[in-house]
Amino acid sequence: MIGLTDIEKRFGDNVVLKGVSVAIAEGTVTALVGPSGGGKSTLLRCINLLEIPTSGTLRIGEETLAFRPGEKAASKDVQRLRRQTGMVFQNFQLFPHRTAIENVMEGLVTVLKWPAERARERALALLEKVGMAHKADAWPATLSGGQQQRVAIARALAPSPKVLLCDEPTSALDPELAQEVVDVLGQLASEGTTMVMATHDLRLASKIANEVVFLEAGVVVESGQAASLFANPQRERTKRFIATLRHEQESGGAA
Amino acid sequence: MPHWLQLMLESLGPLLWAALVFTTPLTLLSFTFGLIVGLGVALIRLFGPKPLVAVVRFYVWIFRGTPLLVQLFLIFYGLPSAGILLDAFPAALIGFTLNIGAYSSEIIRAVIGSVPKGQWEAAYSIGMTWSQAMRRTILPQAGRVAVPPLSNTFISLVKDTSLAAAITVPEMFQAAQRIVAVTYEPLILYVEAALLYLAMSSVLSALQTRLETRLNRYGGFLEARA
Ligand SMILES: Nc1ncnc2c1ncn2[C@@H]1O[C@H](COP(=O)(O)OP(=O)(O)OP(=O)(O)O)[C@@H](O)[C@H]1O
Ligand SMILES: [Mg+2]
Repeated sequence: MIGLTDIEKRFGDNVVLKGVSVAIAEGTVTALVGPSGGGKSTLLRCINLLEIPTSGTLRIGEETLAFRPGEKAASKDVQRLRRQTGMVFQNFQLFPHRTAIENVMEGLVTVLKWPAERARERALALLEKVGMAHKADAWPATLSGGQQQRVAIARALAPSPKVLLCDEPTSALDPELAQEVVDVLGQLASEGTTMVMATHDLRLASKIANEVVFLEAGVVVESGQAASLFANPQRERTKRFIATLRHEQESGGAA
Repeated sequence: MPHWLQLMLESLGPLLWAALVFTTPLTLLSFTFGLIVGLGVALIRLFGPKPLVAVVRFYVWIFRGTPLLVQLFLIFYGLPSAGILLDAFPAALIGFTLNIGAYSSEIIRAVIGSVPKGQWEAAYSIGMTWSQAMRRTILPQAGRVAVPPLSNTFISLVKDTSLAAAITVPEMFQAAQRIVAVTYEPLILYVEAALLYLAMSSVLSALQTRLETRLNRYGGFLEARA
């Protein structure tokens, strides 16, 4: 359903993604793992076009867009693809001047031009889903990190995206707050939400991911089903990386 | 009743009338138009094409770098030599608007730049266009930060409108001058005028505080907490 074909991304002379091709099936959860600076965030941002790929082809559902070096993508096309996606950021990025429910309504009212009443209904249902309905009228600044992230998930889901992109959704959170976010994402996964998430959190990855893509220095080193890849990585590089993560997590190191 | 108090009371009517009919409209109109100019200039400087950026930078450079009184004289007394004849009030309005535009553009540019980049990305990520993101996400947050510096500009403007007296606008200060011309009591009248300006500034400061409290209810940028 989502196809990245030969995606290359350069920042000046720095080639950050070197011909990445990934196919993501509908209803699956794909974890992007790999060392820091490997290009996970950049790859996610190339899917919702916060970064425009230098070259390659992006397909989401029925929509396709090809990129060529030196050619500027039309903003109409960018919008068309971006609207198929929702994004959850590492540091939440709620709109601080809107209440929790207004954050969730924003895309429906401003972008999709829904009437406020209908948008409020859907927003409330989504807040219910992430366990935040009781804080619907709270200002983001009064919410804990975990609560903010759950509202952010509801906001990203509001316009019914084909895919939910998450960039380290738990790494700014203390373990117990991370757990509530993991639970929500797990529930979404079990309901068949298509997700792609960059994460260093093995607990998150192994709990909810079906597929794993191991990205290092802008190249897909190994990819496959989560269960087998985590249990039995084929590449030496992947083995070592997973061992390091396990070690960090067991010794209570930072996610 | 002492003489000075009687004179002050007798003058209060004409002074307040001048404040109502000239000082207040001049202040409100030039501030409103000035903010519109300032917003336009700020957006051009942040996002506009290079040649246009150069033009507006030149404008800001001139209007921040020359005295307001000289600008008013140029517009009212100077422009007629170039065939452009303006009445005193419109001349003052144009002068103050351009001056406020130049100063406020710098403030607006700074506060728009102070909104975290992640807020743009969050807005884009839910499908907003550039202008939707600007209107719904960036400007409201920038506006909150802009209240203290723009209030400063506004309060300065109220007082600076007294300069319009020099180009024959019969605003409050000029009303005081006229009374001095017949009573020969400059100390009493100018103290009274000063007190009235002080009263106006104080009311505005109080309003600023209330506005800030109201806008602060949501607690500002979230970045610091994350
Ligand atoms: N806007 C940018 N301009 C220039 N270089 C960038 C930009 N964004 C990312 N990079 C570079 O791209 C490379 C990949 O960064 P990216 O953030 O995608 O890695 P990551 O895998 O998400 O790392 P982490 O695990 O630390 O989040 C890094 O070398 C980074 O410096
Ligand atoms: Mg990253």
